[in-house]
Amino acid sequence: MNADNFSVQIKDLDLNFGAVKVLRGLNLDINNGEFIVLLGSSGCGKSTLLNCIAGLLEPSDGQVWIGGKNVTWDEPSQRGIGMVFQSYALYPQMTVRGNLSFGLKNARIPRDEIERRVARAAGILQIEPLLDRKPAALSGGQRQRVAIGRALVRDVDVFLFDEPLSNLDAKLRADLRVEIKRLHTQLNNTMIYVTHDQVEAMTLADRIAIMKGGKVMQYSTPDEIYNRPQNKYVADFIGSPSMNFVEGTIKGGKFTAPGLALDLKGYDFVGGKATDGAAVIGIRPEHVVTGELVSGAPFQTDVTVDIVEPMGSDTLVWADLGGAPFRIRMDGQARVHRGETMRVGLEPARASLFDVKTEERL
Amino acid sequence: MANASTNIAAAGPRGPKPRRAISGRNIMIYGTLGLVALYYALPLYVMIVTSLKGMPEVRLGHIFAPPVEITFQPWVKAWAQACTGLNCDGLSRGFWNSVRILIPSVVISIAVASVNGYALVNWKFKGSETFFTILIFGSFIPYQVMLYPIVILLREMGIYGTLGGLVMVHTIFGMPILTLLFRNYFTSVPEELFKAARVDGAGFWGIYFRIMLPMSMPIFVVAIILQVTGIWNDFLFGVVFTKPDLYPMTVQLNNIVNSVQGVKEYNVNMAATMITGLVPLTVYFISGKLFVRGIAAGAVKG
Repeated sequence: MNADNFSVQIKDLDLNFGAVKVLRGLNLDINNGEFIVLLGSSGCGKSTLLNCIAGLLEPSDGQVWIGGKNVTWDEPSQRGIGMVFQSYALYPQMTVRGNLSFGLKNARIPRDEIERRVARAAGILQIEPLLDRKPAALSGGQRQRVAIGRALVRDVDVFLFDEPLSNLDAKLRADLRVEIKRLHTQLNNTMIYVTHDQVEAMTLADRIAIMKGGKVMQYSTPDEIYNRPQNKYVADFIGSPSMNFVEGTIKGGKFTAPGLALDLKGYDFVGGKATDGAAVIGIRPEHVVTGELVSGAPFQTDVTVDIVEPMGSDTLVWADLGGAPFRIRMDGQARVHRGETMRVGLEPARASLFDVKTEERL
Repeated sequence: MANASTNIAAAGPRGPKPRRAISGRNIMIYGTLGLVALYYALPLYVMIVTSLKGMPEVRLGHIFAPPVEITFQPWVKAWAQACTGLNCDGLSRGFWNSVRILIPSVVISIAVASVNGYALVNWKFKGSETFFTILIFGSFIPYQVMLYPIVILLREMGIYGTLGGLVMVHTIFGMPILTLLFRNYFTSVPEELFKAARVDGAGFWGIYFRIMLPMSMPIFVVAIILQVTGIWNDFLFGVVFTKPDLYPMTVQLNNIVNSVQGVKEYNVNMAATMITGLVPLTVYFISGKLFVRGIAAGAVKG
């Protein structure tokens, strides 16, 4: 394997804070120009990993390679990275121009070159009219643009984003999300983006690394993560409303549980064929078919509606299946009422099966 | 029906609630405040009035009466002619001594303590917490305990009885409280700002001078107030670590006021006391304004 093909490589990274192991033997290869999202709930070590890549935290063991060079002992400024922080971290006493040029001045770059780069970044981010303002006179969205600009002027190959949109309101977040995506297609450099928001992860990423307890649970494309989660944790974490899990047994190519009897024909087993034993089946609420489509589904059953949550674009129905709650996502225009009995269809090919003990995909 | 309800709304209470300027409550509050202010201002009044009287008028004993004949002679005498020991050049000698002690002590102690605080927060090293604890513990040891050891220390260093020695003592004794002050302030500066500066390639001093220092004007003003008043008002160190030629103003004031020979010149004593108190007073007045401005300028979110 040639290291030059990778933009960033993490090799067997360990990080301990005293007795607490935050990162454990972590490995991650990131290709040139890739948009990688580190996703996980708080405390999973995703921000810690980003800080290690940036050089703001010293790893206890392992290596960080950037651009084919071992940078484990390098200062953050020497690693060829730009970083955007959640709280923007703009220098309050400097103007926007001062904020953008601070890093370049430290690198003793000639004045006209600084001016050229600041102008270019300001142009890309459309913050030219703000250049002489102080951060206090900017709105949240403008501050975040300046923070991105500060990474942009450094002319680096790798951008690190530490939950950059978490401090913004929902609408602005959606706008800036698209802008970051546009920026990536325009600049085409490697971006590593930390978030706990799965919508951001799914929409932005080329590949997502889902982390838990300092380990990567799955590292693949959003499509793969959504459709073929490697383990129960990933399956549960991705998707909103989250996946339905039903415990049962596989026997002779059939999955049985109270209220369910699914023929697993068409299900793509990891090993190629089914092994008998206890298993958990995961079915996404949006993969449950209702209405006229039911007749085409391999398995059909009747459920009782418990709770209806209309959300406009779609409706979430909590139903009772074999005595356990079961989430079904329906069209927003669907009219269902509490206490009704509804016919639903399930498709085993779109479900996910997990081992009860290891929680790994079957 | 709808019409009736809007009528009721219009007739009922609306907008700010009217308040009466003179109420029982206001009379109580302002009356009490006025009385207390009078109680505190009275001694100052007596001092000013007495310092503007000639000795014959002082001897009459009407301490509250305003001066019949205003004279500034006591002030002139206190500043330039009052005798302490062999020197008869008034408080001016002590004033300049105090200034020569004050300026280096304040500058050095604040410069060192602010760097200390910055390093303790942002550049944690192994044992930095222990170091900080020891430093803070130092502020609980009574000064008197350390007087004699320090005398010996200064003697061995050959700077006992010099202004330099006293400056050093002031700098060292200012360290615990100032370091605590700066450390706590720098803790409140978001850590991400420091990280951003590191990514931007600024080093230890670069971050200190270009990021932290410009953001910390309020706390520097607080430290200056603390040190200026503390060092100016110091008596103990001044009397122990210097000799008569180099006595700071406070020690000299004491020698003037407590001299047992001759007539007690109350008017000169009052004037001398007020001249001595002028410096901390001025610092309070000027820096109070700066302080508010500093806080307002520093209150930048994000």
